[in-house]
Amino acid sequence: MLEVRDLETAYGRSQVLFGVSFTVEAGTVVTLLGRNGMGKTTTVRSVMGMMRPRSGQVLFEGKPLTGLPSYRVAQAGLGLVPEGRQVFPNLTVVENLIATAATRRQQSKQWTLQRVFQFFPNLAERRGNYGNQLSGGEQQMLAIARALMTNPRLLILDEATEGLAPLIRHDIFRSIEQLKAEGLSILVIDKDLRALTRVAHRHFVLEKGRVVWSGTSVELEANADIQHRYLGV
Amino acid sequence: MRGHRGLVVVLAGLALLALVPPVAGMLNQPFYIDLLRRVMILAIAAVSLDLILGYGGMVSFGHAAYLGIGSYSVAVMAFYGIHSGPLQWLVAIGASALVALAIGSVSIRTSGIYFIMITLAFTQMLYFLGISVDEYGGDDGMGLKRLSQFGNLIDLGDPVAFYYLVLAILVLTLVIVHRLVHSRFGMVIRAAKSNEARTRAIGFSPYAYRLVAFVIAGAICGLAGALYVNHTKYLSPHIMHWTISGDIMFMVILGGMGSTAGPVAGALVLLVLENLLSGWTEHWQIIFGPFLVLVVLFAKRGLAGWLAGGRHG
Repeated sequence: MLEVRDLETAYGRSQVLFGVSFTVEAGTVVTLLGRNGMGKTTTVRSVMGMMRPRSGQVLFEGKPLTGLPSYRVAQAGLGLVPEGRQVFPNLTVVENLIATAATRRQQSKQWTLQRVFQFFPNLAERRGNYGNQLSGGEQQMLAIARALMTNPRLLILDEATEGLAPLIRHDIFRSIEQLKAEGLSILVIDKDLRALTRVAHRHFVLEKGRVVWSGTSVELEANADIQHRYLGV
Repeated sequence: MRGHRGLVVVLAGLALLALVPPVAGMLNQPFYIDLLRRVMILAIAAVSLDLILGYGGMVSFGHAAYLGIGSYSVAVMAFYGIHSGPLQWLVAIGASALVALAIGSVSIRTSGIYFIMITLAFTQMLYFLGISVDEYGGDDGMGLKRLSQFGNLIDLGDPVAFYYLVLAILVLTLVIVHRLVHSRFGMVIRAAKSNEARTRAIGFSPYAYRLVAFVIAGAICGLAGALYVNHTKYLSPHIMHWTISGDIMFMVILGGMGSTAGPVAGALVLLVLENLLSGWTEHWQIIFGPFLVLVVLFAKRGLAGWLAGGRHG
């Protein structure tokens, strides 16, 4: 579904990605792992067209996305839940959801306001509140819900549980599991290794802008060396 | 104007405006009809600016251009003997929309200080164009010999009838802007104001949305221009001077950016204060300037935030 080949990206003269390659198969949950500064967010930004890679290719369902502006990438069916949430503070919960909603493809189960509120009942209670009047956890749910309302084929979660209380992190991971059960393809970036090995099918470990290891959750759990060397567990 | 308190304040304000002509008639002070008609006409301009400034984050420092285009449309057509009101006002709206389309398509590609400067530059160009066209009075302007004619429907020569027409157009403008802002179109505009990159990353390019909002604001302001030239019965290029753009912007900031009816209160306070203070001293701006500074420092959401409470964004 998503295929990233030899992505090289730089901020000005300092190169961050040195040939990142990975794939996300349809209906699977895939993670990007690695310590801070290893290029996870830069990879996401390059995929989403928010940064222009120096070289390499991004293919989504066989079609090249490389070099497209980010709104075209999003229209192709990639829904990003960005790091830091970034809900619109001057829009209400409902407005945040409707403003950018889209049904660009025929899908068996479209995301609607009603379905999103069933999925996140907390948001339904706060539907009239402005984005900046929500707690961190509620903002995170809103950011996920907003991405779902674009009816994406692939959902990308960048540090979706960062800075949240354990109980709320648990809620968010449970939502991710539900989405997985519905067959949505998901790319997750997170630091909660325990939760990730439970949810994800496949992991890619980044180290200094390269993929240095990839494997299944079972393989990752069995490999204490990788966990220690690249993830600091 | 979310919430009941905001709506109550707006309705009360409009009711008070509707009471002005009979009260002024009773007190035998027709001057107040004139003053408040001017307030309402410039309030229409300010409400239209708020659509792009308060909700869209586009700091247009050239909104007086459309007052000018609207005024010139009416006066120039009258100059050539076309006095039909509907025709004049349609041309005023259409011409303003076209000019806004031209200015907007260039300026919306920029943002921040560049956007301010480009909108200012375009308006200055129009201002100097107005000054240099001698046929229409050049710098001195020219009188409007006949007001816009609406047959038996309404006579703008009747100050009270004209007053209520302006009030009706103001209400209509408020309704249109309110509905626009709370439509999905308006949500995208507001989303792009708070976080443009995010709006793009979720699948929207804000350019087209902003341009449409810019054109609508220009068209509404053009109608205000058509009203203004009928109000003053005089066409002057000074209506396009950058200080007028500044006045309209002050009305929006004073009234409260991003509140539909706030700019009306802003226009009222600005023009009434100007009127009172200038009656008292010639150097009224010495008092008025610090007042504006205090408002900006201590009442960031303007009069609307102070009157209506809850609203923000």
